[in-house]
Amino acid sequence: MAHAHHQPFAHEGGHEGHHDLEELRKFGFWIFLITDCILFATLFATYFVLHENTAGGPGAKEIFELPGVIVETFILLTSSFTSGLAVLALNAGSRKGLIGWLLVTILLGACFIGMEVTEFLKLVDEGHTIHSNAFLSGFFTLVGTHGMHVSLGICWITALIIQLSRHGITPVTQRKVHITSLYWHFLDAVWIFVFTFVYLLGVS
Amino acid sequence: MRGGASVIDSIKDFVSWFFVTGDPLIYGADVAIVLTTVAIIFVLTYFRKWDWLWREWLTTVDHKRVGIMYIIASLLMLFRGGVDALLMRTQLAFPDLKFLSPEHYNEVFTTHGVEMIFFMAMPLMFGLFNIAVPLQLGARDVAFPFLNSLSFWLFFMGAMLFNMSFVIGGSANAGWLSYPPLSELTGSPGVGEDFYIWGVQISGIGSLMTGINFIVTIVKMRAPGMTWSRVPIFTWSVLSSCIAIIVAFPVLTVTLALVFLDRFLGAHFFTTDGGGNAMMYVNLIWMWGHPEVYIIVLPAFGVFSEVVAAFSRKRLFGYGSMVFAMLSISLLAYFTWLHHFFTMGSGADVNLFFAITTMIIAIPTGVKIFNWLFTMYRGRITFQTPMLWTLGFIPCFVVGGMTGVMLSAAPADFQFHNSYFLIAHFHQVLIGGAVFGYFAGLYYWWPKIFGFKLNEPIGKWAFWIWNIGFYVCFMPQYFVGLDGMTRRLSSYGWDKGWWAMNFTSTIGGFLMGLGFLFQVWQIAHSIKFMEKDTTGDPWGARTLEWSIPSPAPLYNFATIPVVTDRDDWWEEKERIAAGKAPKARPKLEPIHMPKNSPIPFIQAICWFTVGFGLVFHWLWIAIPGFIGIALTMLAHSFNYDTDYYIPVDEIKRTEAKAGRIV
Ligand code: HEM
Ligand SMILES: [Cu+2]
Repeated sequence: MAHAHHQPFAHEGGHEGHHDLEELRKFGFWIFLITDCILFATLFATYFVLHENTAGGPGAKEIFELPGVIVETFILLTSSFTSGLAVLALNAGSRKGLIGWLLVTILLGACFIGMEVTEFLKLVDEGHTIHSNAFLSGFFTLVGTHGMHVSLGICWITALIIQLSRHGITPVTQRKVHITSLYWHFLDAVWIFVFTFVYLLGVS
Repeated sequence: MRGGASVIDSIKDFVSWFFVTGDPLIYGADVAIVLTTVAIIFVLTYFRKWDWLWREWLTTVDHKRVGIMYIIASLLMLFRGGVDALLMRTQLAFPDLKFLSPEHYNEVFTTHGVEMIFFMAMPLMFGLFNIAVPLQLGARDVAFPFLNSLSFWLFFMGAMLFNMSFVIGGSANAGWLSYPPLSELTGSPGVGEDFYIWGVQISGIGSLMTGINFIVTIVKMRAPGMTWSRVPIFTWSVLSSCIAIIVAFPVLTVTLALVFLDRFLGAHFFTTDGGGNAMMYVNLIWMWGHPEVYIIVLPAFGVFSEVVAAFSRKRLFGYGSMVFAMLSISLLAYFTWLHHFFTMGSGADVNLFFAITTMIIAIPTGVKIFNWLFTMYRGRITFQTPMLWTLGFIPCFVVGGMTGVMLSAAPADFQFHNSYFLIAHFHQVLIGGAVFGYFAGLYYWWPKIFGFKLNEPIGKWAFWIWNIGFYVCFMPQYFVGLDGMTRRLSSYGWDKGWWAMNFTSTIGGFLMGLGFLFQVWQIAHSIKFMEKDTTGDPWGARTLEWSIPSPAPLYNFATIPVVTDRDDWWEEKERIAAGKAPKARPKLEPIHMPKNSPIPFIQAICWFTVGFGLVFHWLWIAIPGFIGIALTMLAHSFNYDTDYYIPVDEIKRTEAKAGRIV
């Protein structure tokens, strides 16, 4: 009942000049993602320019530990998969399935963040901080920005789960699910670049 | 008690550090700020206007009102930036003058540049976007009205944060692009630089959101029948500007964040030690900065095209080539950034590439000038103020463009680099191109915004004084630049022989100030004496915004127009004049509208709080601000009650009041 006033959108085609608000928002979100891509591209570029400037300190080869990062990567990839399953549940109209898969997704995301924080703390503990040299400044900023995006995604999906349990599947919540899952896949794609270019290339 | 005295001492220390002291100009400003604030509070309370201010303005999501707020704020900033300019020109009027100290001069030119680019040009441009684009598209709104209001408040709070540095903490002094190492802690240990970073960062995020908003609006919300070849040319210019915005502004966001990390966490992105690379900053800032000048100037080109066609009573000549030129500029602009540092040892090949891309940009620009001239050719031209500013722009931009090409030749740049030649060039392009363009747009759309025209005779005076002042101010600077005077110079000796040219230039500066005063008078006078425009189309113009009453009703269009031509409103008028029946209008239906929301305003205050806390490195202020941002975002996300319908009766009443039968 609470959202009965959203019903009229369904019949609003182009001819009256009304627009499908949910479609608009999805399109807007795609453009936002382009800007986010450029933001990450800038951070990657900065990292590449600076990644050999260690000012006499140890470089990527000495301080990165791949095994943990590989596990992290698997966790994040899996979470992308489960967020896909959430969308499938949505399409099947199953609220329970949807909420369930979203919960799994944010749990995996939280594990990923937990491991990243542990990695950062360990590095800092060993004396490798953002202050040490330009290479580490670039590293912490690039990877940290990705981590902040993931954390934001976790909060966002949590808020969405609450809304889903209140309102059920409506055009609005449906759009929100689509957008968060798009966002989540995007973060996954960015991570693949981080993994390949920062960690794999760094240790090789 | 000893403790008591030392507490008082430390409070004194704090106050003298926190507030900027020791300069009569600044005490004057303090007094002025306090008095103005008191006066505003008094007036609002006395006339019981708080509620009105809150309901009608602070919480509004109506694009027309957001546009008006942008315009008012930017004109205030034009005043502030203009006062800065006159302070500098006063200092430079005579050799060895002791009006501004060198340190103060540094702060003033930095503030002036930042103020003019970020807080005057950008918002004035966004004001025009907001006023004109939805109306030109035949749309009822922008795509994201809530976001639109948030963008405005972010700009506003960013601007306020930056302006505060004048009286609290101290202003930035590292130039409007604040190159490191000057902008690092080593070069700028005070808080001025942090004010710069956060003021620009917060308003820049607003600009980025505006870019997204208008792209979606233009791509998705055109009236039925408005194919791409029927989109009004101003709207095309906005689209190309917004494309450049979404590509360029994320780079700015990152760049500012990185300098801040250097300053706040001791990172080493651009420092001279720890492996930092200051050249990386220069690359990044110009990757944003060069597109930025086109972001600013493209919409002005759009205005000129609109005005030239309307006041020549002819179709715009070369519409297709105009669109192509604007889109290609918005792409090319991204590949020219390096011409800003030809002299920094990038190597001959790199310099050659960027010299060529820069010169290529001159071609689409030249195409446009010819299109405007051909539009005027054999047109029935009327010389009202919007047209005057357009005509004034053309010679100005031709000269500015030519000196720009001179600068783009890498070898020549070694000579002109950082001289007054450059200052004259970019002011000629920025004032003659962007500011004249926005003025033309403001005069042109003023009756649409407020329902009455601005007084023409005073406007003509303002135009001529501005224009003469402009040439008197900037022409001598080319010569004094060639004569070796460098920019950012706070004083010079009699022996240099630069006195006469500088003095002339200062006179020109004050003439422009006088021109501005004429405009203020013009507005005040017109509010009092001008008659209401009942036609909705006082210029006899061509595009859809003129087909509705002025000021436009809340919902813009009672029924959404169906577009069949490029200059649809003009064609409709021709049809009616030829005795044919006007287009049939569909019957009225309830109109779906977004509800006002206090969240953008509150959230922007939280951003301000974060910025303020981080400027002083006081996390106890910044963290509550962050929490506020998060909470307001959640509040918005959980709010499902965001829209309502205007009933048909009310639409009928509104239209009847505006003299329309529907
Ligand atoms: C209205 C009359 C104006 C006057 C008389 C004026 C005057 C000046 C002066 C004297 C300087 C300092 C030159 C130096 O010492 O290096 C300056 C710098 C500058 N102006 Fe203006 N200006 C005006 C309008 C504008 C406008 C409209 C804009 C932009 C839209 C603008 C943007 C700048 C910038 C970016 C700088 C460089 C600041 C820096 O070096 O960091 N100015 N202007
Ligand atoms: Cu440039």
